[in-house]
Amino acid sequence: MAWYDLFLQMIVDGLVLGAFYALVALGYTMVFGVIKLLNFAHGDLYMTGAFVGFGALSLVSGVFGAGWPGIFIAMLLSMLAVGCLGVVIERVAYHPMLTAPRLSILITALAVSLVLQNAALTLTGGQYTAFRTDLGFGGFSLGNLFLSWNQIVLVTTAAVLMIALELFVSKTLYGRAMRAVAIDKDMCRMLGINVSAVIAITFFIGSGLAAAAGTMAGAYYGSIWYFMGFLIGLKAFTAAVIGGIGSITGAMLGGLILGLLESFGTHIPFIGSEWKDVFTFTILILVLVLKPTGLLGKSEVERM
Amino acid sequence: MTPTTTADTTVAPTSSRGEVRLSITDVDAFYGRIQALRGVSLDVCRGEIVTLLGSNGAGKSTTLKTISGLVRTSRGDIQLEGQSIKRLAAHQIARRGVVHVPEGRRILRGLSVRENLELGAFTVRDGALRGRRLAEVYALFPILHERRHQDASLLSGGQQQMLAMGRALMHGPSVMLLDEPSMGLAPKLVTEIMRIIRRLNEAGTTILLVEQNARLALRLAHYAYVIENGAIRLQGEAARLREDASVVKAYLGLAE
Repeated sequence: MAWYDLFLQMIVDGLVLGAFYALVALGYTMVFGVIKLLNFAHGDLYMTGAFVGFGALSLVSGVFGAGWPGIFIAMLLSMLAVGCLGVVIERVAYHPMLTAPRLSILITALAVSLVLQNAALTLTGGQYTAFRTDLGFGGFSLGNLFLSWNQIVLVTTAAVLMIALELFVSKTLYGRAMRAVAIDKDMCRMLGINVSAVIAITFFIGSGLAAAAGTMAGAYYGSIWYFMGFLIGLKAFTAAVIGGIGSITGAMLGGLILGLLESFGTHIPFIGSEWKDVFTFTILILVLVLKPTGLLGKSEVERM
Repeated sequence: MTPTTTADTTVAPTSSRGEVRLSITDVDAFYGRIQALRGVSLDVCRGEIVTLLGSNGAGKSTTLKTISGLVRTSRGDIQLEGQSIKRLAAHQIARRGVVHVPEGRRILRGLSVRENLELGAFTVRDGALRGRRLAEVYALFPILHERRHQDASLLSGGQQQMLAMGRALMHGPSVMLLDEPSMGLAPKLVTEIMRIIRRLNEAGTTILLVEQNARLALRLAHYAYVIENGAIRLQGEAARLREDASVVKAYLGLAE
């Protein structure tokens, strides 16, 4: 294989990985935007989304099969269910803490993360669950580059979800209200905007996107377990920081960049792929030191 | 002159000044343990410009925030057209037609001029009506039309004030609460803003205006209240207070 074939293959792998990171990073950044919370439970919503998607697929596969049509239906059901779970979590756990010091709500988020993880641990006994699908291994070759249908469907789906989100945020009144709430809540109230409702919508969408990523990741990689949200949560956080936390376009960009960097990182000579997480978090530290506002973030003087 | 208002009446009460739109009665407000308002009562009648004067920290902005629901009252009542709005959330009060243009304009930075205006009409579900209002606001403030696609934070202070007022007009307010619209503006712009306030009022908007620039406000208003240490000390026809230089001087420390 020529060097450029390897290069192209790394780009394809990076895009797939980046699509997952971007979808999860969006929820992180949106929630940070509206309530300035680093929602450390967000990765666990991805995990919950994978399990709900798994359950939904076993329900609908009789009718729609366990190929992409069935997986899409399962994904939509999972997005709906986990979106609602996100809203409930905000109402029950975060809403009462909004006026408390910022550290309190951060600790609450860690607690929510533990609750979700341990609930999944109890229900599954900590075992890996096989996410069985009828997905094939087909695809096509461009020269020496191999693209699987699964990769194409996955990246396309992620792109469609992100374009839909971008349109919602820039073109609709509620999308604009979401951006406005991120800027000045009291002013929004004075304009008649129900800030609590906008926050709820934000949690619904953010959690739904995490569930979409979770279901697709489960189907793509073939197994799920209770701890799968932990690492991707941290990586999505990294992606959001790279893009500029609070910026929606930044999260998409950050996710893709991180996916690509990680894909390249696994091929650095003399460094094995087991170092890729070190690589990722080195990037996080570098961004935080060199450009804390990220690529598209606005500088903001704020104290915890 | 105080109108008789009871909590259960739904008919707009009247006073010698006309039909009372907004009435606050014996209102207290606290920031933590610090009392900011002490039994404040005032009325704003239909079609009036009422001004609330006072020095820094006297309770002017707090009075407006209490009306718009950003600061909760512990005592007293606030009524809009005879109905209590005291227990409503801020966004519900805005939906009833009370629009607050706060101190410092509070432009939504990062959103375009047009997006700011459209958020002003967030509660207006009728798209055609939103379009008409937008055209009206652009007619009133042509500069906003010119710069509609720009980030609102790039506007000058005077233009931001126009945007804040335009945004409030998009809402179709029945009462507009204006907090220090002249603050930080060059004298020429202040005149321009005051001219626009008068024009809005003539077009039917009822206005409660908070100003530090008392002479200016008294020229514009029909009726005035003077607040000091969180309590109303003086009230009367603006024209009368304007003539009564000694009174104004005593309460506002104006040197002429």
